[in-house]
Amino acid sequence: MLRIVNISIKYGPCDVVRGVTFDLHAGEIIALLGPNGAGKTTLIRSLNGTIPIVSGEVLMDGAPLHSYSRREIARRIAVVAQENETKFPVTVIEYVLAGRFANGSAFGWESASDIEIARHALLECDVADFGDRLMNELSGGERQRVVLARALATDARVLLLDEPTANLDLAHQAMMFRLVRERCRGCEASAIVITHDLNLAAEFADRAMLLRGGEVFALGTPEEVLTPSNVNEVYGVQVLLDANPASGKVRVTTVY
Amino acid sequence: MLIAALAVTLFAAVSLGSERLALFDLSETQSAILFDIRLPRALLAACVGASLAVAGASLQALLRNPLAEPYLLGVSNGAALGTMLAFVFFEGFSFARPVLAFAGAGIATFAVYQMARSRAGMNVERLVLSGVIVTTFLSSIIVLLTSVLDAARLRGFTFWLLGDLSQATYDGFYLTLAAATAGTIVLSSQARALNLMMVGERDALDFGVEISRVRLIVFGLASLLVGTAVAASGSVGYVGLIVPHLVRLAIGSDNRLVVPMSAFAGAIFVTLADLAARTAIAPRELPVGAITALVGAPVFIYLLRRH
Repeated sequence: MLRIVNISIKYGPCDVVRGVTFDLHAGEIIALLGPNGAGKTTLIRSLNGTIPIVSGEVLMDGAPLHSYSRREIARRIAVVAQENETKFPVTVIEYVLAGRFANGSAFGWESASDIEIARHALLECDVADFGDRLMNELSGGERQRVVLARALATDARVLLLDEPTANLDLAHQAMMFRLVRERCRGCEASAIVITHDLNLAAEFADRAMLLRGGEVFALGTPEEVLTPSNVNEVYGVQVLLDANPASGKVRVTTVY
Repeated sequence: MLIAALAVTLFAAVSLGSERLALFDLSETQSAILFDIRLPRALLAACVGASLAVAGASLQALLRNPLAEPYLLGVSNGAALGTMLAFVFFEGFSFARPVLAFAGAGIATFAVYQMARSRAGMNVERLVLSGVIVTTFLSSIIVLLTSVLDAARLRGFTFWLLGDLSQATYDGFYLTLAAATAGTIVLSSQARALNLMMVGERDALDFGVEISRVRLIVFGLASLLVGTAVAASGSVGYVGLIVPHLVRLAIGSDNRLVVPMSAFAGAIFVTLADLAARTAIAPRELPVGAITALVGAPVFIYLLRRH
């Protein structure tokens, strides 16, 4: 769905992302891992064209990203960004309906089906009763779920999620990943998820990409990527690995 | 309902005043007062109010800042300087005033925007401070210009700078009506995009808004609205602040409603303010801008404390 060919991104003279190449296949979830400042957010933002790349190419369905209009990109790629606050009293349903912007007419009002889709996304994210509440009255975790609902309401086939589990409690972290997994089943969508929780990544992602200093350090299945030596080299901490007794997936325990 | 309220307000504005008019059985003098003085003045007040309120509402959404206001951002002063330049250098050309006012408003808008934005984005303080800088800078140029004018023209100007509708003509009304109508319609058409911009520029980009195009449309039309309003009536302050704020309190933040409703509410507000300006110490008159500022400054302080 997305083909990323040798892209580099600079902020001023600094290389933030260097020579990154990978494909995002239909139906897969890639966990994007790495320490703070590794370039994860920058990389993800360049994939929908909101941060310009200095070299390389992002191809969406075979065509360069810059050949699409912003609306065409927004119909295909949805983003959950690290949240920002608004000073205006926006209700939850208004906020989620903004996700339908690229699908309807730019000028008019949402259709009945837009509202239906938004309500369904709220239900999926366990915030169905929040429709008339104001965004700036919600807790951090509640807001995070509404932000996810807005991304799901787009019906986009690519989801780019920047720390979607930040602020979420244990149950809603799992819910979030299950929802994304659900979307990706049957190849309808695919997702790139930034997270600092290596265990959630191992549990739900098909592949993991470990980023260090803007370069790909390792890319492969979670088992291939999350080795003690890789984690030690990138994060600088000692870890123990075993298998999660419930799922059999790799489990990472930090040695303090 | 707002349309009916506007009709009632206009009716009150033409019938009340130092000479109370019954609107029927008018003598020749009374009919002249009604049709040559009060009616164009009330209609102009309504159009000026609509223009300033719509400009304020859309600038606030675009800049994600409920304190953005043409007067406080220096946009009105840019238009005032343009009008003065037209008055000093092109007195013979009637169209020079709105054209230069528009240009002045546009330049001031652009200057404030460039000063207020930084790599980290735009915060409330930076925007308000940039507005203060542009406003005081333009004020000093206006003061310099007034000192080269002779005394008789000076008094008229000081009055006009604070907002003055006493020179209302039908020509001025037609021009502001055209600008207010076009501005309200086009800005309402951008309201769905503005709803996204209001939440965040990056969010808007992510969800498919061509933000540079929306920004150009809003800056351009806000400058046009403020330019024509100021050229006709001077700088009537705080309308663009109070009116959209009250509208949002009443109906929420959806700009598809806020923008057109602000037009009607702004029209009512300035018509009433001008009625107060004419009648408070009749037969003498106050500048209408003094009335709107008396109401607006406390509202501004209240909003600043809340954010």
